[in-house]
Amino acid sequence: MTDRVSWNLPVLAIVIALAGLVPQPARAESQAESESANTESNDSPRPPMGVTAIDRPDDAGDGIIVKWTLSSDDFKNVPEGKTRKVVRYEILRKTIHSDKEDEFTLVGEATFQKTSFVDADCERNAIYLYQVVAVEHVDSKSEAVQAAVPITAILQYWDTRRTWFLVMLVLVCGSVILFIQLARGGMELKVRKIAGLEAVEEAVGRATEMGRSCLFIPGILDINDMQTVAGITVLSRVAALAAEYDAMLEVPTSRSLVMTTARETVQAAFLGAGRPDAYNEDNIYYLTDEQFGYVAGVTGTMVRDKPAACFYMGAFFAESLILAETGNSIGAIQIAGTAMPSQLPFFVAACDYTLIGEEFFAASAYLSGEKHQLGSLKGQDVGKLIGGLLIVVGCLAATFASLANVDDTLMHSVVSFLTDNVLGNKGFLP
Amino acid sequence: MKRTVPLVIAAFTGFVLIVSYFIPYAQSWGEEAMIWFDILAAVAFVLGGGNLLKTHLQKISNRRAGWGFSLITISAFLITLGIGLAKMGVHPAEKFPEFAWSGDYLSQSSGFGWIYDFVYLPLAATMFSLLAFFIASAAFRAFRAKNTEAMILLGTAFIVLFGRTHAGIYVSQPVVDWLTAISGAEAGSLAGLRLDRITSTITSVFILAGNRAITIGIALGIVSLSLKVLLGVDRSYLGSEE
Repeated sequence: MTDRVSWNLPVLAIVIALAGLVPQPARAESQAESESANTESNDSPRPPMGVTAIDRPDDAGDGIIVKWTLSSDDFKNVPEGKTRKVVRYEILRKTIHSDKEDEFTLVGEATFQKTSFVDADCERNAIYLYQVVAVEHVDSKSEAVQAAVPITAILQYWDTRRTWFLVMLVLVCGSVILFIQLARGGMELKVRKIAGLEAVEEAVGRATEMGRSCLFIPGILDINDMQTVAGITVLSRVAALAAEYDAMLEVPTSRSLVMTTARETVQAAFLGAGRPDAYNEDNIYYLTDEQFGYVAGVTGTMVRDKPAACFYMGAFFAESLILAETGNSIGAIQIAGTAMPSQLPFFVAACDYTLIGEEFFAASAYLSGEKHQLGSLKGQDVGKLIGGLLIVVGCLAATFASLANVDDTLMHSVVSFLTDNVLGNKGFLP
Repeated sequence: MKRTVPLVIAAFTGFVLIVSYFIPYAQSWGEEAMIWFDILAAVAFVLGGGNLLKTHLQKISNRRAGWGFSLITISAFLITLGIGLAKMGVHPAEKFPEFAWSGDYLSQSSGFGWIYDFVYLPLAATMFSLLAFFIASAAFRAFRAKNTEAMILLGTAFIVLFGRTHAGIYVSQPVVDWLTAISGAEAGSLAGLRLDRITSTITSVFILAGNRAITIGIALGIVSLSLKVLLGVDRSYLGSEE
């Protein structure tokens, strides 16, 4: 398909360009006449200029970018009492087939002062020709200005904007796998103590001693969110402890799939602890998908049952503080873990222990105590090291760039390359 | 088998999503995978509804503490479900006037829309408004000056809270003017000492730096955990084989 287009395209382009060349003087003439008429009668706006169309880079062959220069009637500011001569631009397109040509049809509009439009509804390898018209209103439109050559939307096999992100991903994943393998091979790993996770056993033990339940809340998002998965992995460790200590574990969920997963996880944990008889699936139940309905249900349970330990592990939003403060008011020992930076201060203020960001994702590995799981934490450290080094290099480059001559383009390019690509949303922080 | 099949599905879907992120041609594969998830989640609604009924009916039947709340929950659930499914009060859509049920179930005239607007929303807003009181109680505890760190936190919180109000500018401006006068500094050179400016510096430098550090940690944590899940190193979420 691509091969057929590749030789068809230049031929068609030449044909169209030649066809366009012949009537050019006449058209230019008529355009000049039209312009003078416009100036005199002030009827329709003057057309945009330099219309070009290019294939949108890094896409699946479904986008074309149309660009133009503003109509000379398209002013940024309009004097008071006057109306805009150019209100919008209409973008027209026709498909060129080898045997026939379609009519131009409207594919989109751009407001005044805009000089480009992305036609995201293209078919891969189809040949399109574009026109742009400046519009005042329905009855007042400029002449249509056509792109010089037709264009084809081509499939790109690689999204070049994400290359640096891939490099980072490979480095981090590679180091995680490497350290897992090293740990499996018997390498000794030292992992710092995380107070919040050390307190999990204490919390479950306390609940057992007091004869009260443990409440585990796996956030309010579904199982496709990584925080919920992380919460469920922590749940398996908490459930194992609860089974061992013979403590009651209650898990209200806000998603049906999370409920099903949590049941499987807790059942497996009770089985692993040799207490399958102590598992009660009714303790893991669904409340509602609605955020505040869920909050009402959980806080009601807290106030009525007064659990001795509350665990908040997952994705939380505005409900974080309501839950944590209610837990605090009933005197429960509270451990929270989330990757929502905006909710962390609330948990820090209201809970006894808070797992901040990466600690939350490390919880499962930490609690399991398995060597190969702990190896993954060391792999994360390599990622942090790379990030730290890049930040230091970036800071130094930015400092030199500001201290040195402002025209020191090398330093400025280093800084912009680091911030835009390696450290920016195309690299370390996608 | 019970763990292997889900693991293979999870790993396959995960790798498809990764590939679709980097290769434009595969973008639609990722979208397709997400549609499959949506279908599963929609089916799971039935599971959730069934569990809700079972849990609360058991509670009512056993006359356990708070069974009255369960009764209200089940009544509300069934009434809303019935009104929604029957499309009570829904006028036919303009396109299909001959079909009584063709209108939007959330339209203004619908019973479901009425329940949503006049029952659910006010109740949700009530729960949300509790946040204001909880913020006050949490702030009271968090800002108690017990040690040096807590005092720094209290001082910073005071500056940020005060600096975000007009009063912050009105109070700090005369102080800045006085400092400028006694130090003989150029006019405006000490404007950075105004509370609103200090607030801006705290939020855009210190808080932002801390936030970014947390975000980098989170990103690495997600990568590591995702990899462990995809490779089956961490299977704790899958339940048992038995």
